[in-house]
Amino acid sequence: MFNVLFETVQDGEELYLTWLLAGLGWTVALALAGWCFAFVLGIVVGCARTSTNRAVAIASRLYVEVFRNIPIIVQMFLWYFVLPEVLPSEMGAWVKKIPPPWGTFLPALLGLSLYTAARVAEQVKAGIEALPHGQRFASRALGMTEFGAYRLILLPQALRIIMPTLTSEVMGIFKNTSVALTIGLLELTAQARQINEFTFKTFQAFGAATLIYLLLALTVYGAMRWLENHFQTPGQEMKREKRAIPFDKKAEEATP
Amino acid sequence: MSRFTLLAIAAVGGLLLGAPSFAQSTGDTLKKIKETKTMTLGYRESSVPFSFLDGQQKPVGFSMDICQAIVAKVKQQLNLPSLEVKEVAVNSSNRIPLVVNGTVDVECGGTANNAARQKQVSFTVATFVSQPLWLVRNDAGVKKPADLKGKTIVVTQGSNAVGFARKFNDEHKLDLMTIQAKDHGESMLTLEGGRAVAWLEDDILLAGEKANSRNGASFALMPGGFDNIYYGLMLRKDDAEFKGLADGVIAGMMKTGEFDKLYKKWFESPIPPKGMNLNFPMTDKLRERIKSPSDKID
Repeated sequence: MFNVLFETVQDGEELYLTWLLAGLGWTVALALAGWCFAFVLGIVVGCARTSTNRAVAIASRLYVEVFRNIPIIVQMFLWYFVLPEVLPSEMGAWVKKIPPPWGTFLPALLGLSLYTAARVAEQVKAGIEALPHGQRFASRALGMTEFGAYRLILLPQALRIIMPTLTSEVMGIFKNTSVALTIGLLELTAQARQINEFTFKTFQAFGAATLIYLLLALTVYGAMRWLENHFQTPGQEMKREKRAIPFDKKAEEATP
Repeated sequence: MSRFTLLAIAAVGGLLLGAPSFAQSTGDTLKKIKETKTMTLGYRESSVPFSFLDGQQKPVGFSMDICQAIVAKVKQQLNLPSLEVKEVAVNSSNRIPLVVNGTVDVECGGTANNAARQKQVSFTVATFVSQPLWLVRNDAGVKKPADLKGKTIVVTQGSNAVGFARKFNDEHKLDLMTIQAKDHGESMLTLEGGRAVAWLEDDILLAGEKANSRNGASFALMPGGFDNIYYGLMLRKDDAEFKGLADGVIAGMMKTGEFDKLYKKWFESPIPPKGMNLNFPMTDKLRERIKSPSDKID
């Protein structure tokens, strides 16, 4: 099925499999590093979105609208091709001198983090807004600063609420790394394309990449499920048997 | 892992296993043309000057003109004056699958004939001989390949040049750093922006990009001692009859001098859509092939 992966590459000694694994390495590195930045920045911006300070709220709103509404492929293009041209010429020249593959990895990381952070911020905001308003007032009445209220009362609950949507976001960042091929980072999709161009085994090359993406997504799903259970507030579990409405006739028939 | 996870893996795995490795179309192209009364040409949208779109978005070019001659011959041989000719756009990733599965009868682009491709398709006699060259920034101070030592170069993802650059680097121990851009347009952008000092690609492609560039004069072509590459029109494999017909048409054009006229029209005169002139004189290698047409690769 995937025998093309065990052929040696054109003009070289290694197997096509090593290309695919190298691509996988870049995909994972970009996604994990991007998620670290996006998560931290997303929480900060998300809190700022719900801040009582008008200036902070407007600034964070602006950030979200700009970075969420421009397609990620355009953002990466801007960071890679346009940024060095608009910087002062010395700085621009320095940026262009960053040796490959870091010269493409860093703009990709920047673009991906800022884009994902805007999306995470909106979810954090939604999580905070889902909490009863009284909690904010009560914590201030107890003498907490606004920072303290967020750190100790609001965020710990909000982040637990939005765990399921964050799972989608982590899966999303793994898939969005493929956009980095447009600025020349040889991640998983780029390597699959490359193998296809050299061997014309389209189904094998992209089939292998598909399976790897699927396994990645499932691994992320598993890890996030574990985190979700681990951090769950006791008594808040929504187990299958609890979904049934008590005294519902149909449900009663279904569950012995 | 849950049951659903396992199910999902099984489903995708099953899908992949069931996928055919390309539905193989039968080799008898002429019979197929006769039965369906249609013939399909594959064209490239921006493979200048072999096959590309003109100002009216119609495919034109050197290879398209050759293909029209082949169509005329097919009409005459099958006695089908009303033969319908369809034109289908192909790209570098799908051109081979589309020829193999019978969607396209002749690919009229600029496709290099090599051993890996011959496992899946066949080629007509060579219609063009290319050689990989370096396109170098004049301000980089690179006069010969050895001057590239330690510098950053660019190649296009999926291009043959990826392998050539690597071999070249290993043989001459140049410690090149390589950027792999997504397509030829972005390779040129990488070179123009100054991220790379040289771009390795087929000479004719570089000539086209250079002629098209706003500051083409700030780049120079530099030979790197690479082997020649032979371009041909792509046909289905194991169809000696159709290949014979196509080869006969091209060899005939080469003999009568019509081929030279076509070459002048597309390589040494202004071409649509912007009236750009490639100024790409015929190489000795191509002259040899015109004298004795052949589909051999070195």
